[in-house]
Amino acid sequence: MTDDSKFHHGAVDDKVAPIVQMQDIQKHFGNIIALAGVSFDIRPGECHCLLGDNGAGKSTFIKTMSGVHQPTHGKILFEGKPMSFATPRDSMEAGIATVFQDLAMIPLMSVARNFFMGREPTKGRGLFKRFDVEMANDITMTEMRKMGINLRGPDQAVGTLSGGERQTVAIARAVYFGAKVLILDEPTSALGVRQTSNVLATIDKVRKQGVGVVFISHNVRHALAVGDRFTVLNRGKTLGTAKRGEITPEELQDLMAGGQELAQLEGSLGGTV
Amino acid sequence: MSDTTPNQTTDERIKAEPLISRLMKRPELGAIAGVILVAIFFVITADSAMFTASGIINFLTPAAQLGILAIGAALLMIGGEFDLSIGSMVAFAGLFFGVCVMVWGLPLIVAIPITFAFAGFVGAINGFIVIRSGLPSFIVTLAFLFILRGLSLVGLKWASGGSTQLRGVRDATENDWLAPVFSGDAFPGFFAWLAERGLVETFSNGTPKVTGIPVEILWFVVLALVATYVLLRTPAGNWIFAAGGDTTAASNSGVPVKRIKISLFMVTACCAALVAIITVIDAGSTDARRGFQKEFEAIIAAVIGGCLLTGGYGSAIGAFFGSIIFGMVVIGLTYTNFDQDWFQVFLGGMLLIAVLFNNAIRKRVTGER
Repeated sequence: MTDDSKFHHGAVDDKVAPIVQMQDIQKHFGNIIALAGVSFDIRPGECHCLLGDNGAGKSTFIKTMSGVHQPTHGKILFEGKPMSFATPRDSMEAGIATVFQDLAMIPLMSVARNFFMGREPTKGRGLFKRFDVEMANDITMTEMRKMGINLRGPDQAVGTLSGGERQTVAIARAVYFGAKVLILDEPTSALGVRQTSNVLATIDKVRKQGVGVVFISHNVRHALAVGDRFTVLNRGKTLGTAKRGEITPEELQDLMAGGQELAQLEGSLGGTV
Repeated sequence: MSDTTPNQTTDERIKAEPLISRLMKRPELGAIAGVILVAIFFVITADSAMFTASGIINFLTPAAQLGILAIGAALLMIGGEFDLSIGSMVAFAGLFFGVCVMVWGLPLIVAIPITFAFAGFVGAINGFIVIRSGLPSFIVTLAFLFILRGLSLVGLKWASGGSTQLRGVRDATENDWLAPVFSGDAFPGFFAWLAERGLVETFSNGTPKVTGIPVEILWFVVLALVATYVLLRTPAGNWIFAAGGDTTAASNSGVPVKRIKISLFMVTACCAALVAIITVIDAGSTDARRGFQKEFEAIIAAVIGGCLLTGGYGSAIGAFFGSIIFGMVVIGLTYTNFDQDWFQVFLGGMLLIAVLFNNAIRKRVTGER
């Protein structure tokens, strides 16, 4: 990367049809209203950031999108058609991949084995149908190199990778298996500066391949570094969607906090929360 | 991003890994090193008869009987679960098999499959309870350790009319065409042929000292190879590692964790049934103490073989060598001047060293510091 301070490479045309549209989604857990009408869409090749403070409903919303929860009200359109995802598998098969914070990776297993976990390539037939280790190793090395990570070998254990590298493996895996929409749940929350920058660069690479990226974060600066559009959630509702360039970090921050309290802190923190 | 070009294949910060450090990461390394050390120990201290053909067969036989259990236990441990009931399962499957042959008079071709099916069923119950309740398998299978042992006692008294032994299995199976697969020595003709040519030691009357390879050794070797193949070269193997490494991560990735774990419990129980069938036919009787404490020995052999107690790491080959260490020590001590009861001290010591070693290895593999 030459211009490594900017990960943003042009907004997606408004006319492009969204892959997933979530319309007025409500989710109630007993008498608790977790989502009270959230609308959100994601187009191919864009990074749409979903911002919100803790408890705003970000997690519930993405779990609805990835099929873990079913909405109480509201519609999900996938490529224009109404869809209901009964299980995470359904949404995965449709092309929505979610990278949760735990990354679904096993530290003791090699990168290649993790990469193909649950979707192992096989060769041979019948009793001799076996895990094609060579192919798995080759693909893993190639895919990881594409993402800018040079592994010691495909048998390197995931436990030896840094947090950012693990995130990248999880993203590369989702993209390799044909994700059209990639939901990233706080991918940068536990990372250092350098690793954050690597993950943001990965998001940019994935977006260029035409994948729609839903980037969940409560860090305005990370979101602004890479996002095309920004939707702010507060207390289970969307406060609105802004395009890149239409909104300042301060405004975003205020929206996330619901316009309260933070204004007084601003001065002492120098606006860099 | 760093200033390296994206297509670069090597990274200047990664040193070429020396062979020794790559070997260190193999789970079975500890067990292989253990076999070598123990062998050296007995070469020095034991009577030279230990390492003749008949001596080797002598210690491989108990190693094989334990090893069949240990390979099952190792697979289950890699899958993240324990089975403390395998020792009792040997007795229970032995009883069931004995009843099939003696009470119901079934031929082996029927008795053996239904014994396996029955053991698999009991294993599935174990697995089902563990999966459904979410309780540690340790406690659930501890309950079955007692339940199965108790049932074996009660069942034996019922079948034999008051005794805890059921005799006469040999007479009932002697002429069965399937018996040679599960008992006695394999390849007697080959050994006789070798003896004729003077290639193996013979008694003065010309019969070879070793009349064949006991079938359990063949079962043991075949099982170790099949288990290794499954673990390293099939999708199911990857699922076993994944299920043991992290249940949530595995099932989120589409691994059928429940099915894998229940199947592993069934495999382990079937390994116990295999040991039961072999030993019952060989001894000609079954009794309630069969397989006593074998669950611990099998788990120890698996741990010596590099299996982590926390699951997700280990090897069947490791368990194979772990069992051989076991057999060598049990039998080897009789060739020395040491008191045989040193065996238990050795067992505990070996376990402790293996666990410490495995722990260090795990940290190396995962890069923990």
